Amino acid sequence: MPLSLMEGNEAVAWGAMASGCGFFAGYPITPATTIFNTLLRIMPPAGGICLQGEDEIASIGYCLGASMAGLKAMTATSGPGISLYSEQISFAIGSEIPLVIVNVQRLGPSTGSATRGADGDINFMRWGSSGGLPVIVLAPVDIKDCFVLTMHAFNLAEEFRCPVFLASNKEIAMTKESIDLDAVEKPRIIDRIQSNEEKFLPFAVKEGSMVPDFLPIGSKTLVRQTSSTHGADGYITTDSNIISRFQNRLKNKLESAIDSFSFHDSFTDENADTLIITYGVTGRAAKVVINEQRKAGQPVSLLILKTLWPVPENLVRNKAKKAKNIFVFEMNMGQYVHEIERILPDKKVKFFGQMDGRLITPRQIMEAISNG
Amino acid sequence: MDSLLNTGRPPVFCPGCSHERVTKALDKALSNMGLSGDKAVIVSDIGCSGLFDTFFNTHAFHGLHGRALTYAAGIKMAKPDLNVIVTMGDGGLGIGGAHLLAACRRNLNLTLLILNNFNFGMTGGQFSVTTPQEAQVGSGFLNRLEKSLDVCDVARSAGAPYVSRCSSYSSDLPDEIEKAVRFDGFSLIDMWGICPGRYTKRNKLTPQIIDETLAGFPSCSGIVEENKRKEYSHNYREIISKLKKVDPPRGIKAEFVFPESDRQEVIILGSAGQRIITSGDILCIAGLTAGLNVTQKNDYNITVLRGPSISEIILSPDDIGYSGIEKPSVIIALAQEGVDRRRYLFSDLAENTLIIRAAGVDTPESRATMLDVDLKARGIKSQDWALASLAVMAKLKKVINADMLNAALKLVFRETVLESALELVNRVEL
Ligand code: SF4
Repeated sequence: MPLSLMEGNEAVAWGAMASGCGFFAGYPITPATTIFNTLLRIMPPAGGICLQGEDEIASIGYCLGASMAGLKAMTATSGPGISLYSEQISFAIGSEIPLVIVNVQRLGPSTGSATRGADGDINFMRWGSSGGLPVIVLAPVDIKDCFVLTMHAFNLAEEFRCPVFLASNKEIAMTKESIDLDAVEKPRIIDRIQSNEEKFLPFAVKEGSMVPDFLPIGSKTLVRQTSSTHGADGYITTDSNIISRFQNRLKNKLESAIDSFSFHDSFTDENADTLIITYGVTGRAAKVVINEQRKAGQPVSLLILKTLWPVPENLVRNKAKKAKNIFVFEMNMGQYVHEIERILPDKKVKFFGQMDGRLITPRQIMEAISNG
Repeated sequence: MDSLLNTGRPPVFCPGCSHERVTKALDKALSNMGLSGDKAVIVSDIGCSGLFDTFFNTHAFHGLHGRALTYAAGIKMAKPDLNVIVTMGDGGLGIGGAHLLAACRRNLNLTLLILNNFNFGMTGGQFSVTTPQEAQVGSGFLNRLEKSLDVCDVARSAGAPYVSRCSSYSSDLPDEIEKAVRFDGFSLIDMWGICPGRYTKRNKLTPQIIDETLAGFPSCSGIVEENKRKEYSHNYREIISKLKKVDPPRGIKAEFVFPESDRQEVIILGSAGQRIITSGDILCIAGLTAGLNVTQKNDYNITVLRGPSISEIILSPDDIGYSGIEKPSVIIALAQEGVDRRRYLFSDLAENTLIIRAAGVDTPESRATMLDVDLKARGIKSQDWALASLAVMAKLKKVINADMLNAALKLVFRETVLESALELVNRVEL
C-alpha cells in the first residue's frame, strides 16, 4: 500500500473527480484556494469545466446553472464566501438544485484570520439561508474523510437534489497527510434520477418518493427552473395547500432520511459513563484521549459525528444511552452543543470550546473531563 | 416555424408596457430563426423583466436579482449548443454589475436583452443606474445626486464584441434580436422602453422622445470591431482538448527501515526564502519511503516572501491522531523570527529533544539537547540550511536516515537541482 502525500483540499478535489464532478467554479480565498488550484490542474484535461468566478455570488451561480444543465457541480470557499453564497444557497434549497459546497472554515468573525482554523460556521451553514429549510452538512476529520465524504456529498446532493456542505477546516484542508487513495473504500456513485415521464413536470414527485425526478435544461423535453414559490409545473403558485405540501416535503425529504446517512466514528466502552461528542479535526485529539484513558483504566466513550445536519438524533440518543456525563468539544464558542442538549434533555451536557486559531489539544480534553 | 409563445400564460404587464412589445419581438426573432423551444433557454432576472420566461415554451431559468448572467454562463458551458437568452432590467444591471463586466470580458455566447425603462418598475419606481438625473422617481431626490450610466459604453470598454442600442418600439426589433442571438459571442441589446405603471406617471417619455434621445447618443449597432475575438466556450474546449490527462498520485514505495520506533515530531523554524516548506515536504516524503504515516502543517505570512516560515512534521508508524506538535524530537532553529513565533514551545521541552541551531539564532532556555551548527561558516547558503539540517538528522539517524533522505530527494528534485541537493547532503559533516 504505497502512500502519497497531499493536502486535505487535494483529497477533496480527487474525491470530486471520483464522484463524476463535471463542473467547478470558485473564487480564490484562503484556505479553500487549493481545491480550485487542484481541480484546475486535473479536471479540464478530463473534459470537465473549471472556472474562476468574478466573485463568490457568480461562482455559485455558474454552478447552479451547470447543475440544472445536468452536470455534477461543486464550489468551494470559506466563511466570508459562504456569506456571499447565502441567497444562492436558499435558491438551491428551494428549487432543489444538486450542489456540493465545500466550506473550508477559517477563524472568524468576518475577515478574521485567513490561515487559522476554526469550526465557527457550523450553525451558519445550517441556518444561513432564507426560509430556514434543512441542508446536509458533513464534517471530515482527516484526509481520508476529505476524499470519502466528498464522494458522499455528491451522492447525497444527487439523491436528494439539495445543496450539501462539506464542513472542512483549515487544520484539515491545508495539512498535508499520507493517504493510500487506492485503499480507500469508495461509496457506489449515485446519479440523480432522470425522468422518463411522458408529461414531465419539473417538480412532480412520484408516489413513494420525496424527490422530483430530473431532466436537464437543454433536453428534448422543456424544463423550467424558478426561484419563486412554485407548483409541480415550475410556475409560480399562491395556493397555500400546494405551498404547505412543498415546504413540508423539502423539510421531510432530508430529515426523514437522516438515519441512512448518519456518518460517524464511535468508540464505545462498556465500562465508561462518560461520552465525548465532537466532530471535525477535534475528533483526532479526542481519539488520542480515549486511548490514553483506556490505558489508564479509566475508559471514556467517544462519538465523532461526520453528519452534522440534519442532526442524527437517533444515532446520538443511541450512543448516549449508557452515558451519565456528556462532554461536547468544538472549535467555536458553543454551537452544536445546543443540539446535543436539545436531544439529550435528561443528561448532564458539558461544553468545552476554543476559537483562537489553535487546535484543542488532547491535554485540554483530558483536563476538561477529569475536572468534570 | 411556429410561435413559441405560451398561449396558456399570456403577458400580464401593465397596459402600455413596452415589455409586451419585446415579448412579441423576441418570439418573432426565435420563430424567424426556426428554433424549436428545446433549442433555447430564457434566463430571466428579477422584476417585471423576470416574468419573461413564463411567456415562452422554451427552457426556462428564473433565479435571483442581478445574477441571471451567472446561471446563463453555467448553462452555456454545460450545453454549448443551446441558445441562451437573458432578460434583465436596468435594476439587475446595477446590482449585477460585476457579472455584466465579466460577461463582456469573457465573451461566452449569450444574448443579454436589457429591458431598460429607467426605473425599478416592480418595487415602486425607484431609481436605477440608468435613471436620468432630472427624472422624478420613487427615490426622492437621490437620483439627482448620481450620474446615470451608459451601459453600451461600459460594455464596449469591458470588451463586449456585440453592443446594440435601440428603442423597444423600433419596427426592426425582431431583426435586431435575431442578429444578436445569431452572433457567436456575447451580445447585448440596450432596449429603451416605457413603464407606464411607474415611470411615465411623473416623467414624459414617448416612443418619439426615445427616438429623439437615441439620435443624440453615439450609435451602437452591433459588432464592435476592436473587441472581435474567439468565443469563450470554443476557446476553452480547444485549449482543454490539448491538455494531458492527470492521473491520481501513484504513491511512494516503502523500502527503508525507520530508525525510530514510535511517533516523531519535527518542527522547522525559519524565515521566508529558507525553503522551509520544501524541506518539510522532503522530510515527509522521506517518511513515506519508510512506509510511515505523516502529517505536515505549515505556517507562514500571507505575504509569502517575508516573515517567519514554519513547518511542523509528524512521522509515525501508527495512525496520526492529534496533528499538533506536543513533544518534538527535533527542533530546527534557523531564523529568529521563526523561533520567536514558537517561543512558547521551549519551556516544556525534555532532554531528548534535539535542537539543531544555526549560528546567530537565539533560542529560549530549555532542557533540550543543543547542537549548534555554523552552516554559514561552512559556506552553505541560507536557503540550503533547512536541507542541511535534514542531512544532520540523517547522519545522526535521528528520525530519518541517509537512505530515506536520498530517496526523498530523488522523488522531489530532478537533474541539476537533484545533483546539487545530493552533493550538499553528502557534504554536511557533523
Ligand atoms: S410596472 Fe412598469 S415595467 Fe412593470 S409591468 Fe408595469 S409598466 Fe411594465
